[in-house]
Amino acid sequence: MTISPPRPRKQVILGAGFPHASPWIAWTDPASHSQIDFSSIRHAAQTAEAGKFDFFMLAEALRQREHKGGFYDVEITGRHHGPTVLAGLAAVTDHIGLVTTSSSTYNEPYELARQLSTLDHLSEGRAGWNIVTTSDPSSGVNFRRGGFLDHADRYRRAAQFVAVARTLWDSWPADIGDGDGPARGEPTPGAYHYRASQFDLNGRFPLPRSPQRYPLLLQAGDSPDGRDFAIDTVDIIFSMHAEAHAGRRFYADVKARAVAAGRDPDSIKILPGSQFILGDSLEDARERSHEVARQQITAQNAIARLEQVWGRDLSDHDPDGPVPPLHDPAAAGYAGYREGGREPAAVAVAWARRAEQHGFTIRELIIDVTLRHTFLGTPSQVAEQIAEAVASEAADGYVLTGHTTSTGLDEFVKSVIPQLQERGVFRADYTGATLRENIGLPAQGPASAPWERAQ
Amino acid sequence: MTAPALRLAVALDGPGRHPAAWRFDPTPTGEHYRLRHWAALAAEAERGAIDLVTFEDRLTLPPRPPGAAAPRGEHSTGRFDAVQLAAAIAPLTRSIGLVPTATVTHTEPFHLSTAVATLDFVSEGRAGWLATVSTDPADARNFGRRPAAEFAPEHRTELEQESSAVIEAVRRLWDSWEDGAVIRDVATGRYLDRDRLHRVNVESRWFSILGPSVTPRSPQGQPPIALVAADPEAYQRAAREADLVFVAPRDAVDAAAVVAAVRAAQSQRSGPALRVFADLVVFLDQDAGEAQARLARWNDLDAPPASPPDGREPLATLVGTPKDLAVELAEWAAAGLDGLRLHPGGTAADLPAITRGLVPQLRAAGLIEPTAPARTLRERLGLARPVSRYAA
Repeated sequence: MTISPPRPRKQVILGAGFPHASPWIAWTDPASHSQIDFSSIRHAAQTAEAGKFDFFMLAEALRQREHKGGFYDVEITGRHHGPTVLAGLAAVTDHIGLVTTSSSTYNEPYELARQLSTLDHLSEGRAGWNIVTTSDPSSGVNFRRGGFLDHADRYRRAAQFVAVARTLWDSWPADIGDGDGPARGEPTPGAYHYRASQFDLNGRFPLPRSPQRYPLLLQAGDSPDGRDFAIDTVDIIFSMHAEAHAGRRFYADVKARAVAAGRDPDSIKILPGSQFILGDSLEDARERSHEVARQQITAQNAIARLEQVWGRDLSDHDPDGPVPPLHDPAAAGYAGYREGGREPAAVAVAWARRAEQHGFTIRELIIDVTLRHTFLGTPSQVAEQIAEAVASEAADGYVLTGHTTSTGLDEFVKSVIPQLQERGVFRADYTGATLRENIGLPAQGPASAPWERAQ
Repeated sequence: MTAPALRLAVALDGPGRHPAAWRFDPTPTGEHYRLRHWAALAAEAERGAIDLVTFEDRLTLPPRPPGAAAPRGEHSTGRFDAVQLAAAIAPLTRSIGLVPTATVTHTEPFHLSTAVATLDFVSEGRAGWLATVSTDPADARNFGRRPAAEFAPEHRTELEQESSAVIEAVRRLWDSWEDGAVIRDVATGRYLDRDRLHRVNVESRWFSILGPSVTPRSPQGQPPIALVAADPEAYQRAAREADLVFVAPRDAVDAAAVVAAVRAAQSQRSGPALRVFADLVVFLDQDAGEAQARLARWNDLDAPPASPPDGREPLATLVGTPKDLAVELAEWAAAGLDGLRLHPGGTAADLPAITRGLVPQLRAAGLIEPTAPARTLRERLGLARPVSRYAA
């Protein structure tokens, strides 16, 4: 009788989220430091690197959020220019990927492609770009372009934006050697021409091919259009489906779409954004989760978030009392508030239904629809939950955000990462020279045909 | 003769300012695209007590004329985004000012404001910004947003007016979060004092920006803004908009005239006087004859054009031993300049010659201060930290 060795369990991919504005940060906790001081950001990135995380990721917003005629004041807020602060982090880290979230609507491809190439050179192959099309219609007030692009146009522009960027990233010869310069008869380095419905560009790109050639590409689109764009274009889907059941459904759908599009399903990774709460026991972690959730969603934030969706003043309501009736879904949403790209009225109706089903208080509702304490337990239990979720194809890994700024991953790195390593599902050390290599992705991302289709 | 202490800047520009510099640069081509190469240059400048470095930039590579042979050295002429390059160098240095070039013409004022503010956070108060105008139609074609005709020479004034609007917008955005806007008031659940954030309400022919910024007020509040200026109109503009101006006198005598012209341009200026730095190219050697011979050899290979193709001003070139140059520079200092921006003819040879040869000579001559304990770039330039214009 022969015993075959156990099949190695699927490897977990981990990103570290660092929010600059989010209800996920319990800023009243004394362990929460500044989200803007470089020393804080450096600590967070270096901690994630000590834990062998695949990448460190920053979000983006291009307008201060507003509420009832003023600025939204009950959550952490204030952020950096992504490509610039990540260049600073490139100098103080050696292995971890550095992912910026940058808009394809409120940037121009030549400039952003150059910034991403700069970041990939400076970090020796660790740059990533989470492509957002900026669904908040009000961001235009801060930009030359002004106005707003509708959903379909945003995706059309995004697809061509990426195509331009790839053209630019490929515009120098593969090897520039260490010699005198181009040989006679070689094409002019950087010369390119791109023409499609959204862009007509030509000139010379000023940077040679970067170590990864193409930075790692991520995207969070959840609509059918968004899923197809992702399959045509990116390496990683940053998903909102952290819960195992919904995760498996999303995973199966995306991988099936990939196969239908002729793409190796293993070449596109799915990473839900999640949080975790550690404790001495499962029961202890549950209690802590309850406490942390009430720190994250303060009484004031519970009211403000519901006001944003209900579209009316609720300041005389008790955050720990019943959810008031919605009245008029058409009135929902201050300042065009959107969630996950959905229309305000649809969000409001979904929240009202959920509140009724579960008999939630205001605060319970906001905690339910806003937070994702996906993993709860002792370090060993959390490690097992993550390993099992990945093994059962609920995800390829997670983008984890601690609930305190800067220090949020300290305990995870100390106690959960060794448990993941012991189970053989997470690297003991970095093995690749670049971010793509560490994740185990093809050097060049999706082959060139599909994304051209979007034009 | 007692002149106030000079500030020293060094311009980092790839293999060097001279067009033949790349031929003698021992740096392997690929190293030009690695952080460690640039970090070593900045560290050399910092060890040499240089007050600030500027990072040259231009958006695109010059077009190659049809049928022209490939210029040798072309592979080392690429350029990083200079703000990002400065940000990567920031954690690797401790005290030197970092002043990247960024053009105002095709970029978004909002992104410029947050990028330079971020550099100020990463460097903990050592950021500046050298604002430039793009007049090259080739840049416009890379953005595809504005017709090349807008960049014809007769539209130069409009491009400069646009630049003024961008600088004003960036300055307002930097002030749009007052200091102390983040209050973290646990009792009331307020992270932010919403009344200390302000709309900037910029309306111009070219763009409008509502604001506020998404980046809090940075350590310096207003990182110093530098302009390059070569004529009275440009001096006027600098006097209205900048903290620091780089001028290009032909020699020490001309320097006095330029300083007088810049002073005259400041009659309407409120706040501290514009800091005036003269741009100079230096070729240094322990042997004066060898320094001259090197420049002659380089000129034979690639003579610097009378008017540089990228619109930059031709600069005075000083050639000789560190001791010779210190004597010459004492005459420049007497013209009333606040500082000098030295452009190494060839970075590899002339940067260490500046930091190890020229700086000790300038110090011995009493032209520069022995040490500069300043923490921020503003402090280094003798500029107080301003309060936000929106503060009540």
